[in-house]
Amino acid sequence: MKNFLRTLLLLIIFIGFPFKSYTAEKVEYLKTDWTFKGLFGKFDRGSLQRGYQVYTEVCSSCHSMKYLSYRNLAEKGGPEFTEAQAKAIAASFEVTDGPNADGEMFTRPGKLSDKFVKPYENVKAAQAANGGAYPPDMSVLVKARGGGVDYIYSLLQGYEDPPSGITLDDGVYYNKYMYGNKIKMPNQLSDGLVEYADGTEASIEQMSKDVTTFLMWSAEPHLESRHKMGFKAITYLIILTILVYFSMKRIWSRVETEV
Amino acid sequence: MSDHEYTPKSKFGKWFNDRLPLLSLASHLTDYPTPKNLNYWWTFGGILTFCLITQIVTGLVLAMHYIAHADMAFDSVEHIMRDVNYGWLIRYIHANGASMFFLAVYIHIFRSLFYGSYKSPREVIWIIGIIIYLLMMAAAFMGYVLPWGQMSFWGATVITNLFSAIPLVGEGIVTWLWGGYSVDNPTLTRFFTLHYLIPFLILGLVVLHIWALHVPGNNNPVGIDIQKPSKDTVPFHPYIVIKDGFALLMFSIVFAFFVFYTPNILGHADNYIEADPLVTPAHIVPEWYLLPFYAILRSVPDKLLGVVAMLSAIFILAALPWLDTSKIRSAVFRPLYRQFYWILVADVLILGYVGAMPAEGLYLLIARVATAYYFLHFLVILPVLGFKEKTLPIPLSITEPVLGGSSNFALAKNKKKFE
Repeated sequence: MKNFLRTLLLLIIFIGFPFKSYTAEKVEYLKTDWTFKGLFGKFDRGSLQRGYQVYTEVCSSCHSMKYLSYRNLAEKGGPEFTEAQAKAIAASFEVTDGPNADGEMFTRPGKLSDKFVKPYENVKAAQAANGGAYPPDMSVLVKARGGGVDYIYSLLQGYEDPPSGITLDDGVYYNKYMYGNKIKMPNQLSDGLVEYADGTEASIEQMSKDVTTFLMWSAEPHLESRHKMGFKAITYLIILTILVYFSMKRIWSRVETEV
Repeated sequence: MSDHEYTPKSKFGKWFNDRLPLLSLASHLTDYPTPKNLNYWWTFGGILTFCLITQIVTGLVLAMHYIAHADMAFDSVEHIMRDVNYGWLIRYIHANGASMFFLAVYIHIFRSLFYGSYKSPREVIWIIGIIIYLLMMAAAFMGYVLPWGQMSFWGATVITNLFSAIPLVGEGIVTWLWGGYSVDNPTLTRFFTLHYLIPFLILGLVVLHIWALHVPGNNNPVGIDIQKPSKDTVPFHPYIVIKDGFALLMFSIVFAFFVFYTPNILGHADNYIEADPLVTPAHIVPEWYLLPFYAILRSVPDKLLGVVAMLSAIFILAALPWLDTSKIRSAVFRPLYRQFYWILVADVLILGYVGAMPAEGLYLLIARVATAYYFLHFLVILPVLGFKEKTLPIPLSITEPVLGGSSNFALAKNKKKFE
């Protein structure tokens, strides 16, 4: 047992080392304390609600969120707006429905069951309106970028004047965290851009943190129940393992072999 | 084998057993004499069975909600993650389960390499094992394609394109595999079909693997045959069952940690971007468990020879029982082989590492050296070692080193160090 564990440990260290250096990013991202990390990580409800506000008022004019429905806003583990609030949010959007009995498409106020309304009809329309660049759908964006939340958080704050020697084409901006440093999205955030309903000061840093938290939730809507269940499952497994260990010792005590 | 004749006690049991000896089989499995000196590296066989069943069960549920269509596959996976009850749990178990399966199979294979379990009379077990391993790689590769993310699509493109290296008919074969002129919907639907089929082929081969194992019985850390079953073995139940169970629980803790706390760390971020045939990712990398072979493939400048090298790296394992000329099974009594064994382990890990890196400069050079050494190990070192190596004296029975009170005590203690 001891030898087995020793070899195993050595192997893990040996394998872990190159793996770590493989995932390590070249740029040092900005760090902040995310409440949703760790064994008991949970979303900060206020941050999620503020993040939703930033998304609707700033991002949603170009970025879609096609996997989210308005009902998700009232679900447990999310921003947890009240159902009445979520209904009001949904109703503030015009949704195209149909065809009706006359074969015509019509618009109506949104319902909880509707998906988030998209800013553009299709990818081509989005590209045409954005100088050929497609603003990616943000539903799973956090999971689709190597640096995850830290990357998005940094990117939003990474706009700078280009260093001398770098010339940028029209509609291209310099961002020190973007891959290749050239990004087609202009800087969106400025201090006090939104007026938070809860009175929090809307600094660039605060808005970046809130909207990134919101994006983490949209990519992993069941993160909280995952963490909760994980803790229970692993605790259960550890207790069971200990019990089985002693049963095993007992059973093997009948033979003269160590186990 | 101590196949004592089993007779059911009840009248019905006897009647049934005469017609279909299921009860005899159950009796054989519970009483199966197992060497009492097996260490924890031997528990991975049971762990692998658990992995296979986990993949089949979770896969079955996923297949009920997944839609194998190029336009809907990505959406349906997100539907599973968001709207299917506990869909996220089932998908994360399935995705991480594949990695756990490979982790266990690599330990299982390298255990066999260390203790010479592939040697006579266990060659058939070994070869069935290699076929299982090949099918596992095929199943894992096709499974990775199903979410239809960027890595799915481009991984499928790269791997299927390998067949175009075959002279004359290559291009035709690739078109035939794709069901068209590029990786598209027909490719996805056939990959889904095969991904569903292969696990059941593996299950069948696992039955053969275990059947073939039960003919000569288990090898053991000392690598010598069982002399007296009554002294050297314990019945499978309860001794091995509880020990395998304990090891399986430890393994499950690691498994659960991945599923609940870092479910995406073993995957690639690009696979959360929907497949786009017009945008090639910066680096196309396979899943970690295929990286050593990917490194071998890329280390050869010629496409056809690269494919040949990669396939040879796997098939060479099937010839291992005949390439290893040593009569001694366990590395415990082979001081030189033991060193070469650990060099091989390091070599494969290095190949895995450079497989994840861009194939250029120093990485490419390391990949080439490591590839050359891989083949050198199997084709030159192993055959020569069998004749040249001065092996340590082996104990008379497996009970001897276990009990440690015999005249060979010093030897037994010496052996312990390496176990």
